[in-house]
Amino acid sequence: MIQTLAFYLFAVLVTASATMVILSRNPVHSVLWLILSFFNAAGLMVLVGAEFIALLLVIVYVGAVAVLFLFVVMMLDIDFSELRAGFMKNFPIGVAIAVVLLTELVLGIGAYRAGALQLGAPTGDAVPIPGRGNIDSLGAVLYTDYLFLFEAAGIILLVAMVGAIVLTHREQKATRGHQNIGKQVRRNPDEATVMKQPEVGAGVEL
Amino acid sequence: MTDFFQNTLGMSYEFAWFTATIAGILLIALPLMLAVAMIIYVDRKVWAAIALRRGPNVVGPFGLLQSFADGLKVFLQETIIPSAANKGLFLIAPIVTFTVALLAWAVIPFGPEAVLADINIGLLYVLAISSLGVYGVVVSGWASNSKYPFFSAMRAAAQMISYEVSIGFILICVILYAGSSNLNTIIVAQIGHGFGLVNAFAFNLLLFPMWVMFLISSLAETARAPFDLTEAESELVAGYQTEYSSMSFALFWLGEYANVLLMAALNAILFFGGWLPPLNIDLIPWFDIPGFIWLFAKIFFFFFVFSWVKATVPRFRYDQLMRLGWKVFLPLSLAFVVLTSGWLMLTRYG
Repeated sequence: MIQTLAFYLFAVLVTASATMVILSRNPVHSVLWLILSFFNAAGLMVLVGAEFIALLLVIVYVGAVAVLFLFVVMMLDIDFSELRAGFMKNFPIGVAIAVVLLTELVLGIGAYRAGALQLGAPTGDAVPIPGRGNIDSLGAVLYTDYLFLFEAAGIILLVAMVGAIVLTHREQKATRGHQNIGKQVRRNPDEATVMKQPEVGAGVEL
Repeated sequence: MTDFFQNTLGMSYEFAWFTATIAGILLIALPLMLAVAMIIYVDRKVWAAIALRRGPNVVGPFGLLQSFADGLKVFLQETIIPSAANKGLFLIAPIVTFTVALLAWAVIPFGPEAVLADINIGLLYVLAISSLGVYGVVVSGWASNSKYPFFSAMRAAAQMISYEVSIGFILICVILYAGSSNLNTIIVAQIGHGFGLVNAFAFNLLLFPMWVMFLISSLAETARAPFDLTEAESELVAGYQTEYSSMSFALFWLGEYANVLLMAALNAILFFGGWLPPLNIDLIPWFDIPGFIWLFAKIFFFFFVFSWVKATVPRFRYDQLMRLGWKVFLPLSLAFVVLTSGWLMLTRYG
């Protein structure tokens, strides 16, 4: 009962907010609707018992990726009349994408009405183990059977990260903005300040 | 509590569960609001004492009712919405901040049985919820359509993401030692952890540096001094709160202090044994003292540390904040994840 209610609540919110992503005129609103749909998708995952994936979705996508996305979109200076000016130019591409999506939709509905795919009952490693959490199960598979793929994915991400850093890194000359934090911390009042009592009319030599 | 409603009052299971959950939520949220009001008073008294002032001492005995007077004042003020603001988001932002600050308390254990949601992935849940806190600040900064709130929103977004990364690694170290991310299991794993005597993870050579980093990161995560760049009054007026008034302003305050209390509670739970008494010896019968009293004492202690820091440490510059997060804490916490897992492989699982 409560699962059904929660499912329909999350499902309706996911669909509605996903629709609002493309319908809202303000891109910041679009990003916020996108975040809401991520969040509700996480809710759906909790309902199917994948609580670890759900929280990863919230931590990674809602908590980090979407914040950066919002960060960029917020700083855009959008001129709506200019956006509309490009409408005719991009119209053919838009139609092409729409046709692809429509075909997928028709195929999807057709496949759904043809009946469920017969996947068979899970056997071997795929059988869910009762009383074992998501993290345990995932770890047991990732670090044994799929160790090579897992490590390969890690290395690809590492290379991508190094690449991003290399692309944005600029060698900074020590002329501007370079600070030696250690030197700043080591300063103490005895070295940094000088107490003088100059004669009247006489200057101070530092 | 479900048992009580089911067996004593004779309700059906579903209805008993529903009533118990609602009662649990109220039992956490209402005292939390009261605690926030009192802790603002404590905060002001501590700053006053450090600055050799008296602090609030007019409303009620010892000024104890000061926060309630402030709350009433704010409640009676007019809600001003700037004409150029994005109205909907402007009003939603403080509600988001406040709600998110309350959400995380669902998994905080106040005793062996006293948890609203005793879930396996409690610590991950806390991390997920605390990463949502940034939206209230960012959205309010953008929706205000004013330059100081906007600067503040930019700063908040960058700051919270930076420190969340190292907080994540610190939490992994704790999870490795406890062998679970359930907060109650983490607390139980701390019984006699320090030399068989102290109920705390902090008395462990590998976890003590993690605790220091967690304390500093939690200051940054809640944007408290010395990392309160999002509301640096000398540069940004009041940061993201500049355009707010009345109840929406009060919601920001309540949310912020609820978050500070949550971080103090996490310090207590992850590194100082949560609801356990400090020492694992039963000389005086302190295992009989209810757990929540120990937890509250520890939260109170950490809150005192927070306001002590706020009263004494000057504010960081923005580049210093970023440097500390990315160049010091991130590599250090990463190195400690490797060290901790290596040590555990050698001693516990090897």
